[in-house]
Amino acid sequence: MAKYLLLKHYRGAPASVNDVPMDRWTPEEVSAHMQYMRDFAARLEETGEFVDSQALSPEGTFVRYDGEGRPPVTDGPFAETKDLIAGWMVIDVESYERALELAGELSAAPGAGGKPIHEWLELRPFLTACPTITE
Amino acid sequence: MDETLLRRLTPAVIGILVRRGADFAAAEDAVQDSLVEAVRVWPGSPSQDPKGWLVTVAWRKFLDAARADTSRRHREVRVEVEPVPGPGEAVDDTLQLYFLCAHPSLTPASAVALTLRAVGGLTTRQIAQAYLVPEATMAQRISRAKRTISGVRFNQPGDVATVLRVLYLVFNEGYSGDVDLADEAIRLTRQLAVKTYHEEVAGLLALMLLHHARRPARTAPDGRLVPLAEQDRSLWNTRLIAEGVDVLQTALTRDRLGEFQAQAAIAALHADAQTAEETDWVQIVEWYDELVRLTDSPVARLNRAVAVGEADGPRAGLAALAGLDPALPRHAAAAAYLHERDGDPVTAARLYAEAARSAPSLPERDHLTRQAARLNARLRR
Repeated sequence: MAKYLLLKHYRGAPASVNDVPMDRWTPEEVSAHMQYMRDFAARLEETGEFVDSQALSPEGTFVRYDGEGRPPVTDGPFAETKDLIAGWMVIDVESYERALELAGELSAAPGAGGKPIHEWLELRPFLTACPTITE
Repeated sequence: MDETLLRRLTPAVIGILVRRGADFAAAEDAVQDSLVEAVRVWPGSPSQDPKGWLVTVAWRKFLDAARADTSRRHREVRVEVEPVPGPGEAVDDTLQLYFLCAHPSLTPASAVALTLRAVGGLTTRQIAQAYLVPEATMAQRISRAKRTISGVRFNQPGDVATVLRVLYLVFNEGYSGDVDLADEAIRLTRQLAVKTYHEEVAGLLALMLLHHARRPARTAPDGRLVPLAEQDRSLWNTRLIAEGVDVLQTALTRDRLGEFQAQAAIAALHADAQTAEETDWVQIVEWYDELVRLTDSPVARLNRAVAVGEADGPRAGLAALAGLDPALPRHAAAAAYLHERDGDPVTAARLYAEAARSAPSLPERDHLTRQAARLNARLRR
């Protein structure tokens, strides 16, 4: 099994095909979208492929060390062009092909007009611990 | 086997071990071990005297641990740890445990974890699951908390207010797992109310009961948040409401008002309305006035502004909101609601979308997004 991160972006990813902000959908379309996401996670739990899923607030700050005895420096929020992560799902699957398949399914979540969003999701493999037998 | 019974006995058994001379941290560990043992052994051979059984097993576990510890530290000197003849075991130390676990030197998260374990009798794993952290992390949090209070005398009187804040957190910020933390908070507050009569303990218990009564109506089958005004009131638990109102009224007759009683009074007025339209907003505003006077909390002022909007119209509500910091949590949501009622859907839709962006939880964000969507859809027509 291999773990993958499915990353969803508020911005920074290429524009989706059905690109309408959520507050411009109808309330029923919003509900349908939420239901699709819940069903998707539930299905992965059943197949034993679900690990974790979290959503992030769009408000974040960059922080860095500023030297001994000084408080950390903060920066941001940044301009609209900056990449902004919205949330993730971690899956544990048999193959890269399966991970692609699931990412495709998630990207098909319905949006405005009840049509698939075709949202771009970022698929990132986890680096694993060193296997016992390497030679 | 009745796990609730086991859990209810936990604080008393810890108290007995401490009176026999065990220090709190070791006693607490020993009792946890005895609970695990009980879960393993009782289904086959249930005990006739559960408390006596737990005391015996926990004391043995404590002695084993103390001996192991002693021999580790002084391999050459063998010190036998014998039971210290303590006072009668009829003394109930449950109240002392509440105070100790909510000691002001503890951070709120530590006090919550320690209370759930030592007073609530939950396992570290259950607490970890409930707060969505790894079990090892929760175990560390609990043992650090025990170290923090290791110098505190067990029979030192404590402040009920700190205990109430901890129980409030358990009720209000519980997450998931196989333990229902809202139920657990109610159980612990009920038990506290039996051990000590204090108007605010009663106030908090009433507040919890009244909010818990509405829980079945608060979420739709699909997980959607249902706001108070739209809830199906036939789903409210009338037994819990009756109990909450009863507990509150008894407390109020003693005329020592506190913030939990005031909050419970507001919840009771909502519970009292057969329909949202019948809500006595004028009285609710009066209770918010009390709450603001008691706490001077900006959150109470924000909620008061919404209540004023219902009692005296949205303009009055917006005026009450005007003096408050827009950075307050849920400020945009309150403003959106009042603007919509004031007949300004454009501003309301913009504010709902803004509120959704700063929402602290997913159900709230979804709800606020749906509100914005509803208004925008209407504006397009």
